[in-house]
Amino acid sequence: MLDAFAQFFRDLAADAPRWNFIFFYSEKQAGMVLSGLWMTIQLAAACLLFSVAIGIAGAAMQGAHSRLLRALVAGYIQFFRNTPPFVQLLFFYFALGRLTPTYSPDGWLEVPIVSNVGWAIISLSFFAGAFNVEIFRAGVEAVPKSTQEAAHSLGFTRLQTYRYIVLPLALRVSIPALNNNLVNLVKTTTQAFVIAVPELLYESITIWNDYPSAQNPMMLVLFVIYLALVGLVVMGMNRWERAMRIPGYGG
Amino acid sequence: MNGNGWTPDRPIVSLKDVHKSFGSLQVLKGISLDVMKGEVVCIIGPSGSGKSTLIRCINALNDIQQGSITVEGQEVHDPKLDKLALRKKVGMVFQQYNLFPHKTALQNVMMAPLLVLKRNREEVERRARALLAKVRLQGKEDSYPGELSGGQQQRVAIARSLAMNPGVMLFDEVTAALDPETVKEVLVTIKELAGEGMTCILVTHEMGFARELADRIYFTDKGVIVEHGPPATFFDRAKDPRTREFLSQIL
Repeated sequence: MLDAFAQFFRDLAADAPRWNFIFFYSEKQAGMVLSGLWMTIQLAAACLLFSVAIGIAGAAMQGAHSRLLRALVAGYIQFFRNTPPFVQLLFFYFALGRLTPTYSPDGWLEVPIVSNVGWAIISLSFFAGAFNVEIFRAGVEAVPKSTQEAAHSLGFTRLQTYRYIVLPLALRVSIPALNNNLVNLVKTTTQAFVIAVPELLYESITIWNDYPSAQNPMMLVLFVIYLALVGLVVMGMNRWERAMRIPGYGG
Repeated sequence: MNGNGWTPDRPIVSLKDVHKSFGSLQVLKGISLDVMKGEVVCIIGPSGSGKSTLIRCINALNDIQQGSITVEGQEVHDPKLDKLALRKKVGMVFQQYNLFPHKTALQNVMMAPLLVLKRNREEVERRARALLAKVRLQGKEDSYPGELSGGQQQRVAIARSLAMNPGVMLFDEVTAALDPETVKEVLVTIKELAGEGMTCILVTHEMGFARELADRIYFTDKGVIVEHGPPATFFDRAKDPRTREFLSQIL
């Protein structure tokens, strides 16, 4: 069965030189696509997690008493929201990467403690996190002050009020906007290409540089895979939104 | 108990020359009043006369610029005040109910005793069910606020405050947002509370209710107490022309 599948594409490549689906019959290229996909999934998952955490923490800090803290968050948002993520990746890897200490695992090579994958996760998380702060802030502002007053008047501390009242309500308001941003984040992981993170786009381009005949098929597969990945994220978010729906509350 | 040497023969709530302004707007201009344990005191007056602000100052939701407010002998506007300790003594019910919309009626009542008083869950749940039964909401334990009528929500809010075992209950125009036919169910609940000896301070427009239930009525206008007295004297033999004018407009 699998042999027939591989044979079909091998024949296709012979007949139509621009449609060389090399990764469907050559183990090496198949492995490259799969490892690229796995890297993309790991990158997206890590950035999703960290960017949401940054968003929640940032939105909480924006409500803080300290003016310095609020100014810091505002500055962070301005920087990361208003500059291209591509440039941010370069900056993190080449500028900050040079300042971080290195270690030597074998006594010969000097390896920086933060790898390019590490920098990609940090950079993209902060990029998407800046948008998430704004998204969660809008959600927090949608929680009526009077609901928070009720919590205070029952003796809740500020932290308890945030944790048990403000955050759960704000999250529900934020989900649609968060949905959009996380979809964008999954697609933006391709830009980690610029610091040679071996994710899906990087592996794909490597393949078509070696085999120009594989360029069209590779692009086709890229589109299909990203459609599926983003589809999965959207599906998960929609399911979450439904699970969070409160009877008789909101739309 | 409270280290202030407060004894039940002294006022449980005492305001002396309280001044409060929002920016340049003076809302309270020297309010003094005493409430003894078990008393029901109604505060009435035209809108904008500072009634709600007055009641909100008692549990430190608003701060004051001058004067003193004590609850069980404890100064409310002492900067070193433990607000949590104060709010355990003072229950508050709001005009807009301010229930937690993402929690069921039962959870609304259980949250504060669990989180603030750190009581054991079983005991808290038993008491919460009993309180909901007391406000005649058996069978609504698992309903969300959005599924309840205004009157039902307000009774959940009363049960939620009672769950903290307060010494004083503050009611801030609690029937003002209700349909006429549901006003009564809330008033009956408050009446039962008063009958059990709960100290109640109410801001209200329900004159019939005030006349029937109050031990004393305070009339406020433009940030001062114009006159006060027991309902019979107040409604039938008001001395001040401002009081008489107000009463003639609404009775």
